[in-house]
Amino acid sequence: MSTSDELQILPPSKLVVDHVTKSFHTQRGWLKALDDVSLTVDEGEFVCLVGPSGCGKSTLLNLIAGLDTPESGTLSCDGMPITTTGRDRGVMFQEHALFPWLDVLGNVLFGLNLKPSLNKAERVEIARYYLQLVGLGRFIHANVHELSGGMKQRVALARALAPNPRILCMDEPFAALDAMTREQLYADLQRIWDQRKKTIIFVTHNVREAVCLGDRVVLFSPNPGRIREQFRIDLQRPRDINSVELAEHATEITRALKQHNAKREVAE
Amino acid sequence: MKRVLVILGFFGGLVVLWQALVSAGLWSPVLLPPPADVARYLWRAIVDGSLAEASWITMKRLMLGYVIGCVLGLPLGLATARSKYLSDTVGVLALGLQTLPSVCWVPLALLWFGQTETAMLFVVVMGTLWSVLIAVDNGARNLPPIYVRAARTMGSKGLHTLVKVILPASLPFVVSGMKQGWAFAWRSLMAAEIYVTILTGYGLGHLLHFGRELNAMDQVIGVMLIIVLIGLLADKVLFSPWEKFLQKRWGTGK
Ligand SMILES: Nc1ncnc2c1ncn2[C@@H]1O[C@H](COP(=O)(O)OP(=O)(O)OP(=O)(O)O)[C@@H](O)[C@H]1O
Ligand SMILES: [Mg+2]
Repeated sequence: MSTSDELQILPPSKLVVDHVTKSFHTQRGWLKALDDVSLTVDEGEFVCLVGPSGCGKSTLLNLIAGLDTPESGTLSCDGMPITTTGRDRGVMFQEHALFPWLDVLGNVLFGLNLKPSLNKAERVEIARYYLQLVGLGRFIHANVHELSGGMKQRVALARALAPNPRILCMDEPFAALDAMTREQLYADLQRIWDQRKKTIIFVTHNVREAVCLGDRVVLFSPNPGRIREQFRIDLQRPRDINSVELAEHATEITRALKQHNAKREVAE
Repeated sequence: MKRVLVILGFFGGLVVLWQALVSAGLWSPVLLPPPADVARYLWRAIVDGSLAEASWITMKRLMLGYVIGCVLGLPLGLATARSKYLSDTVGVLALGLQTLPSVCWVPLALLWFGQTETAMLFVVVMGTLWSVLIAVDNGARNLPPIYVRAARTMGSKGLHTLVKVILPASLPFVVSGMKQGWAFAWRSLMAAEIYVTILTGYGLGHLLHFGRELNAMDQVIGVMLIIVLIGLLADKVLFSPWEKFLQKRWGTGK
């Protein structure tokens, strides 16, 4: 196998979440983090999951990543049931989760080293390609603690992309960054998504962020965690988070979000 | 350059102070020999090879026991961190035995193994093993779970996760545990050597012991200096590179 094989653009995959329920045991009894959630994500789609804290967004993402198993219901990727983690699904967490004992290159190589079909030179070439893609070509030998928050998340993105997954699961990856850095990353992420043809599931609190990035925004509500409403966003790309059209969409979704909250309070 | 001068000045000053105390004649020269006497002893011991031989014998015992202790302690520590049963049994045992000053193993080792190399080895292993085990256990336990989760998403599992994630992630704990293990092993070996005469080889502890028997204060102080020197050297050679690595990658200390 050669590097160009490894770097080829794979057809993005189709993800199906079918009637999934997941509960956790807490001090106050059982808590339904996800209640009968169904969701289909098209190939190459960019889907954003939004909703108030505790509505099960991370739980769903962990299930898709295969880091956890559902209580009932099934998840499948390209028709294959998801039972555990797999290199076809890359994950990026809110914390960068980079390994401090490795330098930047070593971190990106971590997943590539687990691909037996590649030799060492090819792995390094691929890792360099992705570091270039996220704009860190000049920092390959830096130590993790020497990078800024935004740079760390860029490395984490390169690391998640390096094994060439078809789905990218991102759990509030930019939440801890300042607005300027975030805006830069929105632009970069849209470019990379387009260039590498990935399916992306992106969790966020931030409605504007969701509208800026997603083809579709899925609104969740908590207690129990359910999908409330879905919004298709067909604004032109690349999108600017400060544009007026985008703000209009965001306002609509925010209103829906508040309505669901209000309804819930009345019901209680 | 300035650092070197400060160091030389400080230790030179200590020698001068020592000489001044001797010259003041407060103590008999039998109890406090002048630095020149100690230097003369060291020179003689170096020339006739007795110092090199004793150091070699001591280092051999220490290294062998230390390596065995680490080789046992590392996997055991990883195992106790991961298994509840092992941590309730081996873990508790280690915690208890670690509080036992390792010198206390000497009488038992003598009764079990007699005045043999095995007894020496046993004492050193006991000094090393428990503190290494506990440090590794501690390190693996306090690991942020996100590392293992991130590794799993990239296809790492089982032994690969253990060796490539859990072990390096616990490195700060492992290094400090190995350092402590080294300190314990070194102390207990010296105690054992001073306490027990073993016919298969005289180590530094024995030289110290004979120095006392002969009332040869120059020998006692000379050997003590060598023991201090070896301790410093071990720190520089064995642990400095690791600590530098930790500092570079983790960005701690400075
Ligand atoms: N491992 C766990 N053990 C117990 N309860 C859990 C666990 N993981 C999640 N929960 C609970 O499940 C619910 C959903 O959690 P989840 O992390 O999915 O929410 P979220 O939508 O990601 O929230 P946030 O926006 O704050 O990240 C929460 O009430 C949480 O307390
Ligand atoms: Mg979350």
